[in-house]
Amino acid sequence: MTDTATLDRPAPLGRRIRRFMSDQPLVPLIVLLVILVGVLEFLRPGIVNERWIANTVKFAIPLAMLAACQTMTMLTGGIDLSVSTVATMAAFFMAAQSVALDPVSAGAIALLPALLIGIANGIGVGVFRVHPLIMTLGTSLVGIGCLQVYQRTVIASGARVPDGLTWLGTGLTGGVPNALLLFIPVAAFVILMLRFTGFGRLLYAVGDNERAARLSGVQYWRVILALYVLSALIAGITGLLYLGLIRTPSLSLADPLMLPSVAAAVIGGTSIFGGRGGYAGTIVGALILTVLTTLLRLLQLPEGARLILFGAIVLLVTAAYLRLVDDR
Amino acid sequence: MSRFLRRQGWVAGLFVLFLALLVVTRLIQPGYGAADFGSLARAVLPYAFAVAAQTVVVLAGGIDLSVAAMMALTSVTAAALMAGASEEFALAVVPFVLALGFALGAMNGALIVVSRVPDIVVTLATLFMLQGAALLVLDAPGGGAAEWLKALIVGTVPIPGLPGAVTDWIPKALVVLVICLAVVWIPLRRSRLGLSLYAIGSSDLAAFRSGVPVARTKILAYALGGLFAAMGGLTLTMSTGIGAPIPGPYLLASVAAVVLGGVALGGGRGGLLGPIIAVFVLRLVRTDLTLLAVDPNVTTIIEGVIMVVVVMLGALVAMRGRTP
Repeated sequence: MTDTATLDRPAPLGRRIRRFMSDQPLVPLIVLLVILVGVLEFLRPGIVNERWIANTVKFAIPLAMLAACQTMTMLTGGIDLSVSTVATMAAFFMAAQSVALDPVSAGAIALLPALLIGIANGIGVGVFRVHPLIMTLGTSLVGIGCLQVYQRTVIASGARVPDGLTWLGTGLTGGVPNALLLFIPVAAFVILMLRFTGFGRLLYAVGDNERAARLSGVQYWRVILALYVLSALIAGITGLLYLGLIRTPSLSLADPLMLPSVAAAVIGGTSIFGGRGGYAGTIVGALILTVLTTLLRLLQLPEGARLILFGAIVLLVTAAYLRLVDDR
Repeated sequence: MSRFLRRQGWVAGLFVLFLALLVVTRLIQPGYGAADFGSLARAVLPYAFAVAAQTVVVLAGGIDLSVAAMMALTSVTAAALMAGASEEFALAVVPFVLALGFALGAMNGALIVVSRVPDIVVTLATLFMLQGAALLVLDAPGGGAAEWLKALIVGTVPIPGLPGAVTDWIPKALVVLVICLAVVWIPLRRSRLGLSLYAIGSSDLAAFRSGVPVARTKILAYALGGLFAAMGGLTLTMSTGIGAPIPGPYLLASVAAVVLGGVALGGGRGGLLGPIIAVFVLRLVRTDLTLLAVDPNVTTIIEGVIMVVVVMLGALVAMRGRTP
């Protein structure tokens, strides 16, 4: 009877909150997002309106898509540092090819380098077992070099952003960003794939315990190859979307998104060591980072102070979140 | 024992590669002489210190993404302090900047230990913070450097008793590099701390259970990394005479050279000599390609391909070694 008595007594509030949080890791993230928006509204009353929300979503989407690449690769214990290069290459090829070709074939050509870099990454990491950090840094270096050489050849012919991409990147339909037309299927695909398909489960398995996965008959290199190709393709598509949003192709187009994409995945609760996390958290992470950027810009701090605050907040949020969700 | 042999073999192989590349350079450009070697050594300096910083941290099982930002911050701090100041004042600036690097590195380590967030995420966050701090110190390239500091890495070292033809091949920059690295590295390697460093790198759990103070060692590893990065920042100011608040390409280069130099990214295996030779090899390849009048952009592609291929081969060798 004493046993049931102790069971009946409610656990301390702190422990219950913690348990709730680790069951529902999205809740604290959404709370943080709401708090940030609240602070924004408090600092500049009236700023949070439909237009602002649409704008925030519009800028968060490319970040969230690149962070999808990071989320998937991190689940296997890897990282993909070539995403910004892949995105930039896709955007640049698209803009250069659109001068002469129709958007569909230009898009196909633009995604070709993404495919190649993805295959190279996959072979390096999966077959040769190179550390993903090194492999993706290396391929992105090669990619940047190719891009610089390519730029020389197209400088005369000029560049053009297809109208379709501009519509997709910047357009609003009834106050809703058109980019959601692309993002919702991609996000649904990633979430459902991670949760319900064999491939998604394999990613978790490989990241959680590679040896165990291998001994259970998982063909490691195939999983990794498919993963990096998928990651590069998503990065390439993001590049096309980002081109529509920014509308001026340059050689460093997607570079500012590189490190924030890692930060978004980490804030979203994906473990960089693999095996834990998911895409839903990453989307909220990307929104948090975008709102945070707006907030810091609103404070009218010098660029340096803004970077310091950004870094400090990313670190603080990650540390607090880790503490909250699991107490190792 | 066989692992020891393999490691030394890797370093020796790199050195042979370096000598072979020097010969190739001589063949491409018969005029390549001591003066060119001196400028190679000068160009290598900041890279070599960045690599040293990364090596210490990687050996301890971590990774430091903030290395280039740290160099930018220490470089602009030195340049801003020395601008318009007297030559003697620079004598105080140098130790101050080195101490700053050490302290900021220790901050990196302490944040990792206290927050329990993975190294790669913490140093990613401090990358932003250090870069921001550098922009606060100087918002555009500027500042100055003392003349004696600039002279420290230009020219050669005359050694009495040796003919000029030999001393011409000993540029001051190389001597500065060797002395700075040796003063920190050799005592470290022979001390208890050095042993602990390798221990936490190969397995921090095993190290902890053997009574190694893991947290303290980790913080010190990052602090030493910061110290090396500060040296790198100083050499940046020394060679350009100004400080630039934008981080250079040193992060990528440092990671590449660490891997090429035979240091395991997981930590605990490798030394400092390999990565330093690797960075010379990488720079010399660049020089050769420039001498061959290859488009500098194509050079970037070739460098990347070399890096990827070598790393793949290294991984293949390691794999063969694991499964005999």
